[in-house]
This record gives sequence, structure tokens and C-alpha cells, in this order.
Amino acid sequence: MAVKRQPNDAPAKAAFWRRPVFRSAVFQVLLVLGVVYVGNALLNNTLYNLEQRGISTGFDFMSNAAGFGIVQTLIDYQETDTFGRTFLVGLLNTILVSVLGIFFATIIGFIMGVARLSKNWLIAKLAMVYIETFRNIPLLLQILFWYFIVLNKLPLPRQSMDLGGVIFLNKRGLSLPSPVFEPGFWVVGAAILLAVVLVFLIVRWAHIRQEQTGHQFHTVYASLAMLIGLPLLVFFAAGSPVSWEIPALKGFNFKGGFVVIPELAALLLALSIYTAAFIAEAVRSGILAVSHGQTEAAYALGLRPGITLRLVIIPQALRVIIPQLTSQYLNLTKNSSLATAVGYPDLVSVFAGTTLNQTGQAIEVIAMTMAVYLSISLSISLFMNWYNRKKQLVER
Amino acid sequence: MINKNGTLPDLPPPSTNIGVIGWLRNNLFPSPLNTLLTFFAIYIIYLVIVPTVDWAFLNSNWVGESRDACTGGGACWVFISARFDLFMYGFYPESEYWRINLAFAILVLLLVLLNIRQVPQRGWLAAFTLICYPVITFYLFSGGVFGLDPVDTSKWGGLSLTLILSGVGIVASLPLGVILALGRNSQMPIVKAASIVFIEFWRGVPLITVLFMSSVMLPLFLPEGTSFDKLLRAMIGIVLFESAYMAEVVRGGLAAIPRGQYEAAKALGLNYWKSMALIILPQALKLVIPGIVNTFIALFKDTTLVLIIGLFDLLTTIEAGFKDSHWLGYALEGYVFAALVYWIFCFSMSRYSQHLERKLSTGHAR
Repeated sequence: MAVKRQPNDAPAKAAFWRRPVFRSAVFQVLLVLGVVYVGNALLNNTLYNLEQRGISTGFDFMSNAAGFGIVQTLIDYQETDTFGRTFLVGLLNTILVSVLGIFFATIIGFIMGVARLSKNWLIAKLAMVYIETFRNIPLLLQILFWYFIVLNKLPLPRQSMDLGGVIFLNKRGLSLPSPVFEPGFWVVGAAILLAVVLVFLIVRWAHIRQEQTGHQFHTVYASLAMLIGLPLLVFFAAGSPVSWEIPALKGFNFKGGFVVIPELAALLLALSIYTAAFIAEAVRSGILAVSHGQTEAAYALGLRPGITLRLVIIPQALRVIIPQLTSQYLNLTKNSSLATAVGYPDLVSVFAGTTLNQTGQAIEVIAMTMAVYLSISLSISLFMNWYNRKKQLVER
Repeated sequence: MINKNGTLPDLPPPSTNIGVIGWLRNNLFPSPLNTLLTFFAIYIIYLVIVPTVDWAFLNSNWVGESRDACTGGGACWVFISARFDLFMYGFYPESEYWRINLAFAILVLLLVLLNIRQVPQRGWLAAFTLICYPVITFYLFSGGVFGLDPVDTSKWGGLSLTLILSGVGIVASLPLGVILALGRNSQMPIVKAASIVFIEFWRGVPLITVLFMSSVMLPLFLPEGTSFDKLLRAMIGIVLFESAYMAEVVRGGLAAIPRGQYEAAKALGLNYWKSMALIILPQALKLVIPGIVNTFIALFKDTTLVLIIGLFDLLTTIEAGFKDSHWLGYALEGYVFAALVYWIFCFSMSRYSQHLERKLSTGHAR
């Protein structure tokens, strides 16, 4: 027999423990309690263990004298400097190798990615062999290979290979002439700054003029002339206020000039060649992602091939390429920590290696090192989210 | 020769447009610039191939027992063949090699069976491979039961250790990654936040600092008296690290499932776990199999980093091999062999993942 429900009867309510709101609240409270409990247990264990081993906590060690040398420093550093300064030296070295690596990897990667799509069969296959070879061999192995096999085969300083008597390549590294800036150089710097500002203004003016009148202006040539011409003019007008310090063989090694140490060279070679293989794939997939109809549509509108490429193909390909590219840049920065395998003094090798061993402050040191990488990668992913939102295809 | 309807038969295409000559013209010499590029490429290939063939084949030595056999001036492959056992098994006792061989033979058998369509009950077989097989392998490797001699983990090494590290990494990180991915997509703010923090933390730091952490800091975190061996500590680090990457791969799969599937599951009256386990995850995981294989390739390459904390994987045993005074100076042969082994594994896996992508690219492709 069916139960008749009165029209003003509320539907039967589920018991409160069956309601999703209640369940999710309980679940979350349990999660918080679990996390707090585990965290508390870990903290207590750690404090107890530290006390047992007589390790003091805190960041006091940062102001103690380090007492060890570092082979490459971008800022002044002596053995008497503090551990805090070793952190800075390591951080700067990490940034140096990452920036240089990103620069070279991007260039090689774009060339290889385009070559992979070349109509020339041989070039396309060559690029494919490059990509498949270097992508499938562990990076650490590649770093060791460049450092211990290739760079080890270079001649001793006395038999250096030289280029025009100013650049020398040997086992101890690549010696380049370094510029010495004389007092009047600031004028040139100011000229460069002025040129940049002028270019910015020209581009804006040209854009506004095109929107109003339809006339185009050769911004590229004008900007190039401005950027190169103006500083060069000022440079000579000021009487060439730069001299070059040429490296010279003194005793067993070259003195003077700027030296790229072999550890940096090996790391840079391996990082840029390895990452370039991934960037090449990103570039290829980006270009292939733009459908051929886009090219045809642009031609139908009467655009010339160069403009089609610049205004139609590349902007759409970049939408696919840029996210992959940034994640590769991030990988390169994180992979630069493999420097420790060949002894390049990056953050991990100097700070999480030598400084940790000398001070024994494992928790503080590892936490600081991780914090650096974490903040780099979080800021890049914030940028990525912003970029993706901006470039997202807006569909109906 | 006039056709019946009074027309001449079609002429064949000009000989310059078909066959070998046509192919060459179209693919190698279509324009002056391309001709130049072709010659440039031929020159590069010549520069690379000739010395490599000379070194690796023409002037190399393949047979012998010690370095005295290497007289050719080229590669000394004797080094590899003489120390082959070390590279494969590390310091595992020689009389027990059969245990490692058996473990990998079972794995190969399972993988072959899993890839044959006609095999019945492949789902259960997959479950066996993921759940029971690791246990069997663990007991085969470490011994101590069924009359097998116990072998300490410090003696494990070589390629077998590399495979174990990556195998454990993938099998253990998959369920963890699925849970994290579900957590990140959850409606519950605290669960969601916790998952995001966990994932972004592990994805933001380099593996090397994770390994440092697991070898230096993990002993400090645990109550006094509990001690893990080095291998297990490295494994914990690798699994936590890898699970974050796995979570992002799985999340990609979850995002690709159309809303209708979620709504249909709800309409059927399934609760959250049932709708996930029966409707969403089977589809999502199928979609991300190529992504999982790619993660596995990255992990396989990353296991070389255990060199830095002193575990004897393939690369470390090879380094130990050519630092041995009997074989000093054969580093290049060692590195080339290591590169070849890693390359074969990674390349075949990436080809397999591409094959899967093609095979599975039905259904939700948009």
C-alpha cells in the first residue's frame, strides 16, 4: 500500500551523518589532526635527536668564517668570509649557469626544432637523430662525459689552442679577453639606455600612426639603427673608453682576462644540449599544432609569406610552445644542481655540500637550498598561470 | 599505338620526377639553399661517422681477459665483457645470480602476456604484476625465506639496482599520485590545499636535494633506534618526488574526461569513491598511459643521481669499474656502454608510448 504524502510535508531528511557537508567536515578535521600529529612527532624526534648529537639549531652558523676556497666566484670572496657569503656565491653561480644554459638551449633547440620539420630529408633526419640521442641518455652521464672525456682531451696550457692570440683553450679552461672600463664609459651606458627609451617611443608612435592612417613604418630598421648606431657614435665620440685585458701565459697557466672554468663549460654543454633536445620537440609540436588552413586563410587575405609567418603562424605556435618552454627552463635550472658531480661551485655543491659538511647544520642548510629552488619554480609557475590566462583561446 | 577510342596512351611521368632521381631532387636538392644544406649535412655525418666507426669497430678489440688484449688503439670492449657481471648484478654473490635472473625472467613473461590480446583475464594479470610481483621480487632479491640466503641491500647493484629503483618508484608512486590528483580536484578546501602544497613542493625542488634530504635528514626525523638502510631511504625520496609528477599526469587525465561522465555517475546514484573507481579513473588512467610511460622514462634516467649519495647503480658500477687499477683509462668505453644501455631502454619505452598513444587515441580525442 502506497503511503500518501501530504502536499505540505517536507521530504524525509537524511540522517546527519549521511550528509555530504558533515562527512567532508569530519574528513577534513581528521586530515588536519593527522598532519598536526605527524608534524609534531617529527619535530619532537628531530629536536631530541639534535640534542643527543649536540647540534645546535638556528642560523648563527651563517656568520661564522667559512675557511674554504671556491674556484669560481662572481663576487669578492675570501676563505675568511662567512658561511652566509658562501650561500650567496653558490646562488650566483647557479643563476649564471642557468641563464647561460637557457640562452644556448633556446638557440640550439629552435634551430633543431625547425630543422626537424625541414623539407630537406637529410637535415630532418639529422635533427631527429640529435633529438632522439640526447633526450634518451641521462643528463648526469652526459655531464660526466663532457667533463672527463672531451674536456680532458684538451692540451695543457703550454700547448693551448689559440684564436688570433687573444682567446686560448686548454685543460684549465677557456681564457677570453676581458674588457676594462675606463672612467668615461658611463656615457656609453647612458647612450644605450637612451636608445632603448627612444625605441620604445618610436614603436608606440608607429603603432598609433598605423591605427589612425594605415601607413606602416619600418620600426625594425629604425630600432636597430637606434640601438646600434647611437651607442657606437657616443663610444667613438668619447674616445673609445674601453681597453681589453688579453690573457697571457705566466708559469703554468694563463693569467688575466676572463676564464670559463672547465667545470662550467662541461655543465653548460651538457645542460644546453640535453635541454635543447626537449625544446626542439616543443617547437616542432607548436608549429605542427597550427593547422594549415591558417596559412591558406592568410594567403587568401593577400598577406605575404613573411608577414603570414610573423602575424599568423608564430603567435599561434607560441601559445603551444611557451608553456612547454618555461617548464624546460625550470627543468634546466633544477638540473643545474647536478653541478656537484663535476665540482662546479653551484648552490648545491657549495652550500648543501661543503658548508653542510663543515657546519653539520643539515636541516637549516637543506631547507634554505630547497627554499631557493622552490621560490624560483613557484614564481615561474605563477608567471605561467598568468600567461596562460592571458593567451587562452576565447571561444564563444 | 593508338587506343581504341582514338586517343594516344598517357605518357609516363618524366624520369626526373619519379624513382630515385625524383626523390633526390625533391628531398635533397629542391633549391640552391637546400643543396648547400645537404652538402653541409653530408660533411657533418662524415666528420662524426668515420672516427666513430674507426674507434668502435675497425681498431677495437673484442676478445680477451685483461687489458693486455687491447692492442688495436681503438675501443677496448674487453673491459665491458670482463666486468659485465659487475655492471649487471653489482656485488651480488655470484652463486645467487639466478635469483635476479629469475625475477627479471618472470617480469618479461608477465609483460609479454600482458601485451597479447588473446590472454584471458588480463586485468587480474595486471593486478598481479603491480601487487604480487613486487613482493615476490623483493623476497627473491633479499632472501631470508624458503631457505634462500639473505643478501644485504648494500650488495645490490648494477643494472638490476637501476631497474629496481625505477620499478619501485613507478609502482609505489602511481597509487599515491592518483590519491593526490583526486585530492587536488576535491571540493574540500583543506584536502585540496594540502594536495596542492604537497605536489608543488616536490615538483619545485631538484631530485638531488631530495636525495640529500633523505640521506642526511631522514635519520633525524625518526625516533631514536629506528634505522633504515640507504637504499630504502633513497627509495622513499624517489617515491615521494615521483608521486607529485604522477599526480599531475593523472590530473591531466581527469581533466580530459567530459563532465557528462561525472554527471552520469551521479545520476546512477554512485557515491564518490564508486564513481571514481568504476567510471572516471578507468577512463582517465587509460588516457594517461603514455604520460605515465614518459614519467617512467624520466624516472629511469633520474635514477643515475643515486651516484651522488653512493648507491651502486649501473653508472656507479661502471665508474667503479674503470677506476679499478686493472682497467684504468677505459672511461670512454664505460660511458659509451652506459649510454647505450640507457638509450636502448629509454628509446624503446618512448617508442612504446607513441605506439600506445596511437592505439588508445580513440574516444575522447578532441
